[in-house]
Parts: sequence; C-alpha cells; structure tokens
Amino acid sequence: VNTLTNILIDGLAYGMVLFVIAVGLSITLGLMRFVNLSHGAFAMLGGYCAALLTREAQWSFWLAMPMAVVATGLFAAVLEALVLRHLYRRKELEQVLFTIGLSFVVIAATNALAGPQVQLITLPPLLSGSVDLGFRTLPAQRLLVIGAGLLVAAGAAWAVACTRFGIWLRAAVDHSGTASALGIPIRLVQCGSFAAGAALAALGGILGAELMPLEPYYALKYLVLVLVVVAVGGMGSITGSLAAALLLGLIETASKYLASDWGSLFFFVAMAALLAWRPRGLLVR
Amino acid sequence: MQSVRRALTVAALATAGAFAAAPPALAQAVKVGIVGPFSGPFAHYGTLFKAGVEAYVASEGGKLAGKTVEFVYRDTGGPNPGQTKTLVQELIVKDKVDYLGGFVFTPNALAVAPLIQQSQTPTVIFNAATSSITEKSEYFIRTSYTLWQVTVPLAQWAAQQNLKKVVIAVTDYGPGLDAETAFKTEFTKQGGTVVESIRMPIATTDFGPFVQRIKASGAQAVYTFLPGGPPNLGFVKAYNENGLAKAGIQFLGTAETDEFDLQKLGDAALGLTTAFHYSGAHDSAVNRKFIEALKKRDPNAVANYASVGAWDGMHVIHKMIEATGGQKDGLKALAAARTLQWESPRGAVRIDPKTRHIVQNVYLRKVERAGALLVNKEVQSFGPQTDHGLDAK
Repeated sequence: VNTLTNILIDGLAYGMVLFVIAVGLSITLGLMRFVNLSHGAFAMLGGYCAALLTREAQWSFWLAMPMAVVATGLFAAVLEALVLRHLYRRKELEQVLFTIGLSFVVIAATNALAGPQVQLITLPPLLSGSVDLGFRTLPAQRLLVIGAGLLVAAGAAWAVACTRFGIWLRAAVDHSGTASALGIPIRLVQCGSFAAGAALAALGGILGAELMPLEPYYALKYLVLVLVVVAVGGMGSITGSLAAALLLGLIETASKYLASDWGSLFFFVAMAALLAWRPRGLLVR
Repeated sequence: MQSVRRALTVAALATAGAFAAAPPALAQAVKVGIVGPFSGPFAHYGTLFKAGVEAYVASEGGKLAGKTVEFVYRDTGGPNPGQTKTLVQELIVKDKVDYLGGFVFTPNALAVAPLIQQSQTPTVIFNAATSSITEKSEYFIRTSYTLWQVTVPLAQWAAQQNLKKVVIAVTDYGPGLDAETAFKTEFTKQGGTVVESIRMPIATTDFGPFVQRIKASGAQAVYTFLPGGPPNLGFVKAYNENGLAKAGIQFLGTAETDEFDLQKLGDAALGLTTAFHYSGAHDSAVNRKFIEALKKRDPNAVANYASVGAWDGMHVIHKMIEATGGQKDGLKALAAARTLQWESPRGAVRIDPKTRHIVQNVYLRKVERAGALLVNKEVQSFGPQTDHGLDAK
C-alpha cells in the first residue's frame, strides 16, 4: 500500500512536470499545426532567463518567473513576425528542418555564452524545503508544479474554448482564407498564439528545471518526452495532453518502483499501445 | 619599377631563408596528439585536458627536456569508437605524432589499442576508467583512476564503521555496473550485506522514486555511482529533499562531488561522504602550484580529476621524452614510464610496472564549506591503492 501511494504521489508530480513542459507545444503543434521542434529551445530560454535573473541579478523567484515567461513570449513574437511566419505554408519537412536547425543554433549559442555547466534557478526558502505528508516527505517545489499545472490546464482550455481569441484561433487554423474574409486579424492571432505557446514553454522550462536541469542540450534532450505527450494526448487537445502526461508519468514512475531494470521500456510500450488504441488522441473516440 | 623588383627579390629570399631554417626547428619539436571531446555535451573534458597539458608545459618553462612540444587536438565528440579510430590513425600516419594523450570514454580508448600497438605509440589515458583498458596494448599508460581502485577502500571503510546493511544504486551503464560489482564483492567479503541493488536507467530525470526505494530498503547507507552533470545533481537533490540524510541513511560515493559539479549542488552537498583519488582542496605545495599554473593558463579551468589526469599524464610524457632524448622510440619510452614515481598534486604516485596503471592514495572526503565555496575536505587517507579490478582477476 505504501508503494502504491508513493507511485501515485510521485507519478502525479512527474506527470505534471511533463504536462507543464508539453502544454505550450500542444498549442503550437496541436492547434496551429506548426511542427515546432524548437519548443525545447524556448523552454530552455525561459529557464536560463530565470536562472540568470535569480542568480546573477538576485531577483526574487516570484518576480523572475513571470519576467522570464514574458520575455520569452516577446522574443518568440518577434521571431514569429520576422522569420517563422513564412514557414506556415511550407511543407512539414521544411518546418521540421528549420526548427531543428534553430534548436542547434540556440544550443551552440548557449554553450558559447553560458558554458556547458548546468544552470540552477535559485528557489525561495518556501520552495526549496520539503513538505512532510505524515508518511513521507515531498519536495515543496512539486506542490507548486502541481498547482501551476492545474491552473494552466484550466486557463488554456478556457481560453481556447470560450474566449474570442480562442474562437479566432480555431477559425484561423481550420480555414484561414474564410476567417480572414470574415475580418479576423489572422496575423495577430497567429503571432499571439505562437508567443503564448513559447511563453508556456518558458514556464515549463522554469518549473520543470528541478527534474530536467537546464544545460545547453536541454533543447533536444527532452524533446522526445514532450512530443510523446502531445502525440498521445491528441493534436490540439489541452485536456488530452493533461491526461496523457499524467498517465505516462504514472507508468514511468511505477516502472521505476517495480521494474527499473527495464529502463524506459514501459513508457514507450504504453505510448505505442495508446497510439494504436486512440490514434487521434486519448480523449477522442 | 626597379625598386619594386628589388623589394620582391628580398622578400622572396627572406621567405626562402625562413623555410630553409624551418626544418631543423620542426624536427626538434615533439608532437603530442590529444584526443578528447572538444564539442558537444562533454566538451568541458576537452577544455580541461587542454588547460591541464598546456599549463604543465608552461610551468616547465615552455619546453620539456629541452624540446618544444607541439599539441595536435582532435575532437571525438561523445563515445564514438569508429571516429576515434580514424582520428588516431590520421594522427599517427599523417601528423606523425610521437605520443598520444586524452581519452574520456572507454570504448574510444579500446578502439585505438591495435593502432598504438602496431605503431608503438605511447598513449597516456587521462580519464577512461575501465580496468581492462591497459591490458589491450602494452603502450597504454593510465594517470586517472578505476572504479575498483576507489570503491574497494570505501567498501572496507564502510564495513569498519559497523555499517551492516547497504543498498547500492547505480546508473545502468558500463561504469555503473563496474562500481556495483566492485562494492558488492568487497563489502560482502568484509561481512556486510547488500540488501538491494538498484540500477537506474541512464535517461532518468526524476530520481524521487529511486530515493524512496532506498529509504524503504532499511539500509544504513547507500553506495551510488552516477555520471557527472544533470543525473548527479538530480540524485543528490532527491537524496536531500526526500529526507534520507535525516533518516540516517549515509551517502557513499566516488566522483559525485567532483569539483566541476560541486558548487552547483549547493548546501545539499554538505556532509556527503566520498572516496576518491583527487580533491581540489588537497593540502600540498605541489597542488597549489598545479592550481596556480592551471588558473594562469585558463581562469575558468577547474582543478578536478580531469585536469589533474591531464597534468600528470603530461608529466609521464615529459619523462618519456627525457628518456628517449626526443626520438620516437616507443619501447624505450615505455620502459622509462613503467618505473616512474613522482609527487603529483594528488599526493605521492607511481606507475605500476605490470598494469601500467597509476598507484595512488585514495582519500575519504567530506563536503565542507570553506568561505563561499564548497570543497572536498580530505579526512582520511586509505594509503596507496593499486587497481583492484585487475588484481581481482
């Protein structure tokens, strides 16, 4: 029973980290249909921003986190307006090649500027300790991740489903010609959504840094995990991504407790099985 | 017009003169090929190798045994035996290097064994730590360490401390399994019990579950081995955040508190116990000289096992140049290297004539704060240790 509760708690925490990192991609790849393999690079950018602000500039974590998220969003908006928008109409392979190339550029640049070492984000005392749950302890930072993950899931799902911007976005993706004829500012919608996706990536990079440490190769290292979550969750479904992240997180954690000699086998077997069962997304029949 | 032509003639003559003078100078230079990762995720090893060997030459006044030394650096990226073999073949055939040094990864070192054997090129391994490498060619000399070498005295010490039950948690790859076998063999021999052996997948990012298993195993201590960088940080963090130190489960490690990662670990590292052959805080005049020379060459270089391995490796090459008078003579060089003993920044060391592996003191260290920095404070010396991995055979 103890092992079971441990699996549930650690699995929930790990799944939430996966979700927070993947949710941004589920917007750019899932909703905008833009094959964005530079997602990890944006997450890393946000993380590095927060690390530099908290460590070098001695900012409070609570101030540095929103600052880094906004900065990454703005950077992504500029990049989208200047470069990436020309890629929307290109073939998927060209999008893949360009964004993976962008990741390599970001990796080399961070390596040259900040060095190969791991960058740490200084956490406030409130988060750096651990919380006693009675029968075991849990790092306090995980509670923040779980809370933030739920907030982001609810917020993003609401924004896409109920706000005017969300309606514009879905219209722009489904049929951009008609949408623009109806007076929807297509360019603004695309740029805004891409920036939002990158900002969420940055949030994931910051909150997930405890489990996925920031280093130059971050941009590619964890990309597979993130792509798996989005693929299993279904293109563009934010609740689907949440369900997929939690389920895969639980499976991975359970295999660590019960069968660690098998490595990540169960994670990928689960991925294959889920994709075979529900190829269009976990929550789509 | 006349003056232009004269100027050209003079220039041509001067150039010719320079070329004529060049060959003897080149013939005097000893060429050393340094093979390691200079790009990619392991690039810091290459940087430290470069700083270590160049600092050594600079500290000897720029020449070794009266010869200028020319370094040729070759980048292997990560573990990549095929490419390493090609690079080393080029170094031997085209660049005609007299000595080779470097090698971070075991497979890369193993791949070049036939080449150095055939060409009789003395090769000093600065890092790769699997025991069996030096058996593959008699031209291999190693100035790093092996996992057996540092783990066996740690297991003996643990048994003396009345630790009866230990859990082993290692990363599931070559060196990790080496570490597991070494600890288990020695600790069981000393009468202890290994209650559980956990192998953690190499791609692990969340160490929480493993740390919970360690806690639940009922052991008094955990012996661990992890590759440097992110896994190291993740494990130490999880060890602290899940309250293992408070629960009285002692941490026993080797390279986990390496100086390259140490400051990143922060207060989480305080009190961690490791057994290792080199600490940047080793208190000796030779070590201070080493650190000073290293910082002069590259202010960002860290005094750790990689840079000290390169420094001592260069010392071995220095002595081989001395013994051969700068001529390429692999057999004579090796004969000299086999009996070397000297004072290294890590303490007194010698080369074991049979295994060509370095015999060195292994120290028990605890992480302490010295001013603003964390250091590995040596609390006890286990005395000179041979490579127990080769001895065990």
